[in-house]
Order: sequence, then C-alpha cells, then structure tokens
Amino acid sequence: MRNFEIGGAPHMSQQITVARVMLQVLLALVPGILAYTWFFGPGILIQILLATGFALLFESLMLRFRGQPLKPFINDYSAVLTAVLFALCIPPLAPWWISCIAMLFAIVFAKHLYGGLGQNVFNPAMVGYIVVLISFPQAMTAWLPPLALAEYGMGLFDSLVVIFTGHLPASLSWDTITQATPLDTLKTGVESGRMVSEIRQSPLFGEFGGKGWEWIANWFALGGLYLLYKRVISWQVPLAVIGSVVLLSLPFWMADPDGNPFPMQHVFSGALVLAAFFIATDPVSGCVSNRGRLIFGAGVGIITLVIRRWGGYPDGVAFAVLLMNMAAPLIDRYTRPRMYGE
Amino acid sequence: MNYADPVEAARDAGKRTHHFHGGLKLKHNKHISCLVPVKRPPLPEFLVVPLLQHAGDVAEPFVKAGDHVLKGQQIGLCEPCAAIHAPTSGTVEAIENRLMTHSSGMTGPCVVIRPDGKDQWVELKPITDVLNTSSDSLINQLQECGIAGLGGAVFPTHTKTLDGRERQIHTLILNGSECEPYISCDEMLMREQPEKIVLGARILRRALGAEQVVIAIEDQMGAVQEALTYAAECAECTSILVVKVTKIYPEGGERQLIKVLTGLEVPAGGRPSDLGLVCQNVATAAAVADAVLEGKPLIERYITVTGNGILHPRNFLALIGTPFSHLVEACGGYTEDVARLVVGGPMMGYPVSSDSTPVVKASNCILALTQKDITTPQAEMPCIRCGECSRACPASLLPQQLHLQIRNSMWDEAQEYGLLACIECGCCDFVCPSHIPLVQWFRYGKGQLRQRAIETQATDIARERFEAREARLLRKKQERAEKMARRKQMLKDKVAHKTTANKPDGKEADA
Amino acid sequence: MLTAILTLTVLGLALGLGLGWAGIRLKVDTDPVVDRIDALLPQTQCGQCGYPGCRPYAEAISKEEADINQCPPGGETGIRALADLLGREEKPLNPENGEEKPKTVVVIDELRCIGCTLCIQACPVDAIVGAAKLMHTVIESECTGCNLCLPPCPVDCIDIIETTTGISQWRSPRPAENLYPATAQ
Repeated sequence: MRNFEIGGAPHMSQQITVARVMLQVLLALVPGILAYTWFFGPGILIQILLATGFALLFESLMLRFRGQPLKPFINDYSAVLTAVLFALCIPPLAPWWISCIAMLFAIVFAKHLYGGLGQNVFNPAMVGYIVVLISFPQAMTAWLPPLALAEYGMGLFDSLVVIFTGHLPASLSWDTITQATPLDTLKTGVESGRMVSEIRQSPLFGEFGGKGWEWIANWFALGGLYLLYKRVISWQVPLAVIGSVVLLSLPFWMADPDGNPFPMQHVFSGALVLAAFFIATDPVSGCVSNRGRLIFGAGVGIITLVIRRWGGYPDGVAFAVLLMNMAAPLIDRYTRPRMYGE
Repeated sequence: MNYADPVEAARDAGKRTHHFHGGLKLKHNKHISCLVPVKRPPLPEFLVVPLLQHAGDVAEPFVKAGDHVLKGQQIGLCEPCAAIHAPTSGTVEAIENRLMTHSSGMTGPCVVIRPDGKDQWVELKPITDVLNTSSDSLINQLQECGIAGLGGAVFPTHTKTLDGRERQIHTLILNGSECEPYISCDEMLMREQPEKIVLGARILRRALGAEQVVIAIEDQMGAVQEALTYAAECAECTSILVVKVTKIYPEGGERQLIKVLTGLEVPAGGRPSDLGLVCQNVATAAAVADAVLEGKPLIERYITVTGNGILHPRNFLALIGTPFSHLVEACGGYTEDVARLVVGGPMMGYPVSSDSTPVVKASNCILALTQKDITTPQAEMPCIRCGECSRACPASLLPQQLHLQIRNSMWDEAQEYGLLACIECGCCDFVCPSHIPLVQWFRYGKGQLRQRAIETQATDIARERFEAREARLLRKKQERAEKMARRKQMLKDKVAHKTTANKPDGKEADA
Repeated sequence: MLTAILTLTVLGLALGLGLGWAGIRLKVDTDPVVDRIDALLPQTQCGQCGYPGCRPYAEAISKEEADINQCPPGGETGIRALADLLGREEKPLNPENGEEKPKTVVVIDELRCIGCTLCIQACPVDAIVGAAKLMHTVIESECTGCNLCLPPCPVDCIDIIETTTGISQWRSPRPAENLYPATAQ
C-alpha cells in the first residue's frame, strides 16, 4: 500500500509560457528594427535600450510597492515589449526624459494602477506615446530624414550626445537636421492645395510609401506574418486594420486621385503596419471573440484614416487604438460566440 | 443552429464525418499498454466493493458481516440505480467506511469481501430466446444485472434505455473512440471481443426499438475496424456501421461525437434522445451481451494500468473491488520516480491519495505519473487574454471570461456564459500560457452553481410555505371576525325584535 | 467667446433633453425593489433581524428603516449581495442581531414529546406535522433552522442538529488563491 500526493487535473501540460509568447513577439520585431537602423541610423537602438531600462525600473518599483514577487513578472518580458513598441513610435533623437515620462505613464498608470499584467484596459505603449506627444509636441515631431537624404548623418556617438544632453554637434541646428515625415508633408501639401502626384515628386517618397519607411513597414509585415504562422496572433485584427484602410481610402482615391493618396501609400506610411500586427493585436486590451476582433481592427483603421485626413495630427494610429480599446468590452458583449447547442 | 428536421438529418449518422470546434491533437501513448493480451489478475486478498458506484445515492446493502456470498449475488440496490453484485464467492468481512474511488477523496460505506478461492457462481438466469423476448424483460434484466455506463458517467443503462424507448430512437451510437491519451481498455476490448460487442449492440437495438447502430472508433493502432466489421458480417447484421472518426481530443465526448457523426449539435440543456440518438460505450454493450445471454451481472471490467510510473503497463480484466495496489503489483510495480496516481486519463482524471482505492464500475484507467510528467514549466500567472482557451474549447465557451467570473463570484454571469455546459475536458487548461488551473476553477464553479440552484429552490419553497401560513392565519382571523360580527348582528336583531315585539318569548330568549 | 458659451449651452440643453427622453423611452421594467431584496434574503423567517419574517425586513430595508447588516443566516454573502443591489455600503454583521452560524435543523425527541402543539403553532413555515396529543415530527427538508420552536416547548424536547453532509453534498473546493505559488513562500 502506498500513499500519493494529490494535485489537480489535467496531469500533463505544454511547455508554453507567457515569457515565450512575449519573446516570440520581440523576435518578430527584430527584422523591422534592423531595417530602421539601416535607414535612419543607430538612434533607434539607443531609444529602445533607454525605454527598456526605464520600463523595467518602473515595473520593479511598482511590483515592490504592490507587494508582489519580482521574479515571474520581470521575466515575462511584457514590460520589455511595451518599451520596444513605444520606442519604435518616437523620433530617434528624442531626449532621454521623453522615454522616462512615457514609461512612467505606461507602466505605472496604464498597467499597474489598473491591476498589472492582463488587467490593463488601454494599450500601455500607446498611452505613454500619447502623453508625451501631447505634452511635448516639439520634441516629438523632430523626425530625421533617411540617412540617404540627410545632409549630416548622425552616428552613434553623435546620437548619444544629442539624446542625453540635448546639444547638437557644432554648426548644426534643429532645422537643418530634421525634416517632416512623408505623412506630414502629404498632409500640409494637400491642405495647401498641391496635387498628390506633385507632392510625391519629392525625394522623401519612395516607390509606394515614404522612402525608407516603406521598407521598414515591409519588414514589420514579415515579422507579423511569422507571428501569424506561429499562431501567436490571429489573422482577424491585421486583416481588418489593413483591409479597412484600403477599402476606405480606395473610393476617395478613385474619385479624386490628385487630392488623395493611393491606398498603399496609406498602408505603408506611419505606424499602420506596426499597429496592425503588433499594437492592435495586444490581447489584453483588445477583443476576445473573432467577430469582435474584426470590428476592433476595422475601427482602428477607420479612425486612423479619419484623423489622417481631417484631424490635427499627421498619424492617428495611436489615438485610434486607444479609442477602440475603450469600445472593446462593449464589442465583446455583443459579439459573444454561439455556444455548442445554442 | 437551425435545422429543418434534426431527426431526419440524424438518420444519416456515420455517412460522413464532420468537425467540431476546438479540440487538441495529443500524443496518445496508448501503444505502451497494448503490447500484451488482456488477462485476469490473480484473486486479491480482499475485495472492497463501494456502495456508491453510480450517479445517485448510496445503495442499501442486502448482506451483513459474516454472510457467505456467491459470485454474482446481489448485495446492494438503490432504486432507481443499478444493482451491485459480489464479484466473487467468499465471506463478507465487514461493511465499513473505506476510501472510495471518488474525486472528493472521502470515505464511504463499502462491502469488504474475503474471497474463498472457489469463484462459485450464483444461479444465473440468462434470457434464452432473445428474439421473442419483450423489450421490457430485456430492460429488466439490465437492471437486475447492474449494467451501467462504463464510459465514465456510470449512468444506469436500464434507465437510459427506458427513456430512449419512450422517445423513438432510430440510431444507437456505440462510442469506441477513446480519445484520452494512455487509456486503451476499450481498444483492447474491441480487438479481443468484437463479437460480444456486436451481440450487445443488437440486443440494445432491440430493446430501444432503434433502426441502426453506428460504432465510432478512433483506431489508433489499426485492426479494430477490420475486427468489428468482420464480426458484424459474421453475425449477418446489415444495420451495423463501423465508422472511423477523427483523432482530435475530446472527440469521444458524447456531444462532440454526435457532432462529428451527424453534423448536428445536441440542443443546450437537451439530451441526445432529442435527436433520436442514444450513445453507449462499447464496454457497456459487451456487458449487456453478458447480462442477457449468460445472465452474468456486471462484476468485472477492462482496465488499463499505465503511465511512466509503471514498470510494465498493460490492460487487465479486473474484478470490481480489486485494490489498485494489487493490479500495480501484477504489472511489475512502480518505477523509482512515480509521483502521482490518477484514476482516469491525464486530461480529466482525478488523483487518489492511496493505492488501496478499489476498482469500481467507472474506473477505466489507473495512471501513474512521474514528477517530470506533472511539473509545469512555470507557476500560475495572471490571464493575458490570449484567447487560446476559447480557440480550443469544444463546447465553444469563453474560458477566460468564465474564469474571471468564478474568481469574483459573479454567478449569474457565469451561468449566462454557459458554465454548466462545460464538459471539463481540460483543453483550455492544457493550452493556457499562464498555466491557470482552469478545470479546477470550473469544477468549483459548477459545484457552486448547483449548490445555489438547490438553495434557491429551498428558499423559494420556504417563502411559499411562509406566505401560505400567513394567508391561512389571516383567513382564520377574518373568519373569526366575520363570525363575531354575525353573532353580534344576530344578538342585536334579537334584542331589537324583543323590544319591538314587547313579548318575552322563552324560546327566542334561549336562541 | 459668446459663440462658445452659446454653443455649449445649446449642446447642454439638447443632450439633457435627449437623456431625459431616453430615460423614459428606454426604461427597463424590473421587479419592485422589495421583491428583489426579498429574493436575496435566506427565507429562514427567524426574526433575528427584529422583524417578523423576511418579507417585513425586506420592506423595512426598502424604506430605509432597517440596515442591511441585520440578517445572521444570510451572513456576509447576503450583506454583500444587498449592498451590491442597493448601492449601499457593505458592513459587517451587526452582533446585536446574532452571529453567522452554519445551517442547522431541529429534531423532536419523540420519547419526551407531550403533543402540546405549541411548536406547531410557532413554526413560520409549517414544517412540523402533528396534532393535539399526537406525535409531533419535524420535516427535515422543510426546516429552515430558525429555532423559533425551541422557546415554546414546555418539555424542552427539541434539539438542534447539524445538517447531514454526505458525499452527495460534497462540492469541488476552490483552487488555492496564491496566484504565484512558485514564489509564495
């Protein structure tokens, strides 16, 4: 006769963990990050490291403050993912305190004050981004042109100096090194009455999107396809985001090709592809059912287009994501899937 | 789901296979226990027969300590459940509380029998002429012989058959698709005794009044389909169809199997008989054949003893009441690193604290797991709402929502989201990256919902009785008041009459 | 600036009217509050709350004459449910009304019963059967455990016993609350 210790069913489990899921998403971001560095210099890598550092710092402080164990949460890479996604949205030369303030709001307010991992209503990276975007518009709109077009290419040392001290290298001023993004150029150009085809003559534009930006979007899309293949994300959200943008901009372009950009231009500009595969697919703040996810993605796409066309900001993805986060519980309620036998 | 005539559609059961939502592809690990043929283990020193073996209440024992019993003698009954019989001849040592084979781990009354080694049968009463026997007599024989569902639910077969007969069943489905990993007892039964299954199928079909039989198999290791088809051909039975179904877990669950075979879903809160179908396990069919044709009650069953914690896994034909330790000994004993003993499969089974637990009608597998099997790679984390669980759920539920609702005691919402429809298959638990013990939460939640339903019923009755009593007391009071008022009125009338008449009348004064 | 004030005033009026209309047009029919409160009470009819039954207590709560923490058989879960329903603050059970105990039933010792019918008259749910000079018996399934029959009994033959908890009353336990077992020491 022998005694045994009791434990609950099931009595076998998979090797998957939360950390593994987050790591796969980070892996899928790598090609896009490499493309970014190639086209725009090493500034982005410094931003990623800064944001990650601040995010982990705030996460540790909040966990300590809440009396929860550090080890499982720091090791689950969720704070790292928030930081990387945020860093990809900001100008490569943004000062160091931008990352600090944004991560404070993202990790402390948007994540931990709502309950921690799995409980945030809003996407933390987007909350951090929007807080600094609205509070510090000048620092957040100092975008660099692609290295190929830049008069002065910022190397690693130069970037470090700019980010940490705010001082530019001698003989340079902010006006000379920064340039409007393709989306910004398009928006101001259309508003001042110029034709789209004319605007697109500018060297800022590449084959179908902004020069450099289109390739970054491509590589992010590739990472997104990898995630789809590994079933980390489901196809409903990316399809709905990109599909709704294409479908909505198509009639406008067909009616007035000079006043509206070609749909692919919209898709490959700004953070749309990044949002479609990495930001809007955040499971915690998104919808649960498949139909709900389609509606959520469509909402993100439509609101982005509306803001781009008629709103005050050149790119509306972050606002769109936050607005749809607000609507997600309601969408969930009305798109509950049919149960067996109902 | 709208279907014009579900019963008509269900008639085509087995013609082609469909898919059900969710499910998992699991490694079946069944071959380790199928290497040798099934044998009967030697008689153990004691047999412990629990008096609670079926869905329902504890049975009343017919014997007491010191009685001598014969093999197959009825020793307990609880109407309307099936009877319990002595697995072998011997003496009743005691009727006492012992550890039962139940997920609660509680003790309960058991009949402890010491075998005398003679294995003497009681007088058996087989039915000799099945074709000319009424369905009522067949069903009665099933109750007398204690036949219950051997797939795990242990629902008394005679009740199911009676209910089916009332509701016009056209197809009997025999469930031979053992979908849980490691369990292979049904597979071995189908390989070794296909003729008995076919006989049982025909008897059940006759008792139910059904038109056809569909035997669903997974055939993990091949040869079962041939064996069964050949047996059906030999019996010259044209109405038996053997169908191979998908190998996705939990396709052997009744509702999922019906969806796979017919494409229809059993209505929520309904039963398979609503679609004209009855589902029985193949082992139940074999037991039915034994009961009707040989008069043998249900006293033994095929059971798999397997797992990485057993030295030589295999299948046995074990007597009800055999302690697990006896069976484990008969297959070489445990390995060094055995850590947990589970009754059932790795997905739905429950652990037992001691291997003195006996085999009961519901035990289909004894699974010994090692420490490596049961360690999760990470401790439980909060839910990240990834949705893998709802993707895998075969009942199309939302486990992430249900889990939050149960955790926060939101019982009305949990009921609305279909918690009672959960079949506890463990698919959601298996795929969860946060390793949340979802099945444990759902078992707790379902228990609480059932408890609340019972309590609500009790409070409703108490309220009714209170209100009825209040009404009665009020009515009595009113009647009394009315009576008093009438009396007063009568007296007043009398006095008035007296004064106006001015003639005191003796009779009137008395009245 | 004038346009701003005018616009906001007009908007405010329009939205206010809209809300009012919606409040009337889209109103959901629910049971009266008293019924909903009564549905949450345990129907023990014991009178420990100070009212002669659960329905009078429910009526008192709805009129705000009584507080929600006066019901011992309902216990903490009952108080919480009432607080949720009425939007009032949750409080601990008022010790003046009694303390929360597990549900019990009563049983009459048949050897001592004298058949006086005093307990039958006292039971608020008519759970005791019997008649004058005949044996009285408590119907266990109907007894709510209010214990109102104990004081009137002249021979003290009624005992309080715990309800039977056999295997059919067993429920799966709640999983351990520690979210992070590997790190909780």
